[in-house]
Amino acid sequence: MNKINNIESLTETSYRIRMSVLKSLVKAGSGHLGGSLGLADIFTALYFNELNHKPEEPNWEERDRLILSIGHVAPVLYATLAHSGYFNIDELYTLRKLNSRLQGHPGRDKNLPGIETSSGSLGQGLSIAVGMAISAKLDRKAFRVFAILGDGELQEGQIWEAAMSAAHHQLNNLIAIVDRNGLQIDGKTSDVMEIEPLSKKWQAFGWTALECNGHNFTEILNAFETAKSSTDRPVVMIAHTVMGKGIFSIENNHLWHGRVPTINEIADFQCQLDETLKIEIMKHHN
Amino acid sequence: MDEIIRDLIPTKTGFSEGVLIAGAQNDSVVVLGSDITTSVGLNLFANKYPEKFISLGIAEQNAVGIAAGLALTGKIPVFATYAVFSALRTTDQIRISVCYNNLHVIIGGAHAGISVGPDGATHQALEDIAVMRSLPNMTVLSPCDATQARILTIKAIMECRGPVYIRFGREAVPDFTDENLKNSIGKAQVLQDGRQASIIATGHMVWMALKAARILKLEGIDVRVINMHTIKPIDIECIVSAARETGYLLSVEEHQIYGGLGSAIAEVVVKHYPVPMDMIGMNDCFGESGKPEELLEKYGLTANAIVTRLKNLIHSFPR
Ligand SMILES: [Mg+2]
Repeated sequence: MNKINNIESLTETSYRIRMSVLKSLVKAGSGHLGGSLGLADIFTALYFNELNHKPEEPNWEERDRLILSIGHVAPVLYATLAHSGYFNIDELYTLRKLNSRLQGHPGRDKNLPGIETSSGSLGQGLSIAVGMAISAKLDRKAFRVFAILGDGELQEGQIWEAAMSAAHHQLNNLIAIVDRNGLQIDGKTSDVMEIEPLSKKWQAFGWTALECNGHNFTEILNAFETAKSSTDRPVVMIAHTVMGKGIFSIENNHLWHGRVPTINEIADFQCQLDETLKIEIMKHHN
Repeated sequence: MDEIIRDLIPTKTGFSEGVLIAGAQNDSVVVLGSDITTSVGLNLFANKYPEKFISLGIAEQNAVGIAAGLALTGKIPVFATYAVFSALRTTDQIRISVCYNNLHVIIGGAHAGISVGPDGATHQALEDIAVMRSLPNMTVLSPCDATQARILTIKAIMECRGPVYIRFGREAVPDFTDENLKNSIGKAQVLQDGRQASIIATGHMVWMALKAARILKLEGIDVRVINMHTIKPIDIECIVSAARETGYLLSVEEHQIYGGLGSAIAEVVVKHYPVPMDMIGMNDCFGESGKPEELLEKYGLTANAIVTRLKNLIHSFPR
């Protein structure tokens, strides 16, 4: 896949993906908008720059693997895969419908190109990623494994079992990305169940911890670059994100974790996305 | 049968030999260790193939996820620990990471049944069959002795394509099956033919059923003994034939009567050929500490108990 290195193009791509996320969720009538928008930049950076993959050959053995542990943000994964060329963009509008390959949470049995695993029960994805990374080591293969985790998800005990095992087996081919938006369904993670000090926790488990602004492509790509230099440790990127990023009227509002817009809100939300894109591009030029 | 002296071997020994044999035949086999490697017999593999033995410590949920990741990248992972942990502590991980993905992962459940003995209720898996057989895509095996455990383990690794749960016990038990006997996953074995009733047993209870059949024969009752080593997919044809040809069915298992072998048989019988049936197993209760033979006696899992229950069944529903 041809990489996009230009920040402006990456930004535009991420807003096209956001628009598809919004439209597919409106059409679906249910789903998780906030987290999906918050991860659009990370997904764009991964699929259009960082990952070694071939959308036209989804089962290519040497591909980097991406494990979406937080299955509920499937809309951003689907939209990114479609925009990368894994399948037709029109199929996004079958999201959550009967007989669709785009299940509410990813289902591998539906054979949607680009889906590495079923997910949706929180806490399980990092273990699967560890298994794949061990496999790569056993076979002396160069592919890397990326796992997308939620910050609320870190409250699951299995995550820390997996973290311990990744360090024990020195999996420097494993990169976990934490979507640190500070929110979960019940409210702020700090109110529901404190997970800080986060970097220190991962470091104490034997990981290299990096932090970045999850909406700044320069910072995201730099973090990926740093991750490549790890010799014997797994790497976690704590990506600080804004739930609902791009639609400022819903940003940082946990009530939008599992909501979709009403018919009356759509036009306004689309305008907000266009406007935010313009601001982002302007910021980049200044 | 009793006249011949049988070797006493734990079923886990058969499992561990099976993993070793399959590992020698297929380079993709990897074994996951959950600390009690020797106790479940996987030390044989770990010693022979240290590079393909992955130590994961006491963290079974993670082990199941790692097994899924390994299977997604072409490995055939074997994960075994005590059944209370491998099947029950990890049920959601098995459901989503393994079964929903339909991955070829072998899950071994050791120390199943009440004959685990002195460790008591926490370590006696009595619900694993019920839970494992309810999961889509899962195959559930319950070999009756070490020879069968070895054969079925090899088949699970070499022939199956989806997830497999294999259950075995702790105690050394008679190793009585002939390895030339046909062993096919999903096909029950009729170990002894009979016309007046059928005893369908699984795991260690198959030997008990054979003993019971011998006592019954002396009393003039001629029973068929069936070894249901595959709980899922269950052998419908064998059960229906037994119902049609013998008229009474008695299931025997070291497991809760709710959801186990007895339930699986009843589901078939009710739909295809209803006949009087009784179920021997744990009656909705936990086990406790004691010697295996004391526990089997107390909870009615002996040859004599099978004899009594079978006669009661026949008397309760005269032809
Ligand atoms: Mg969150």
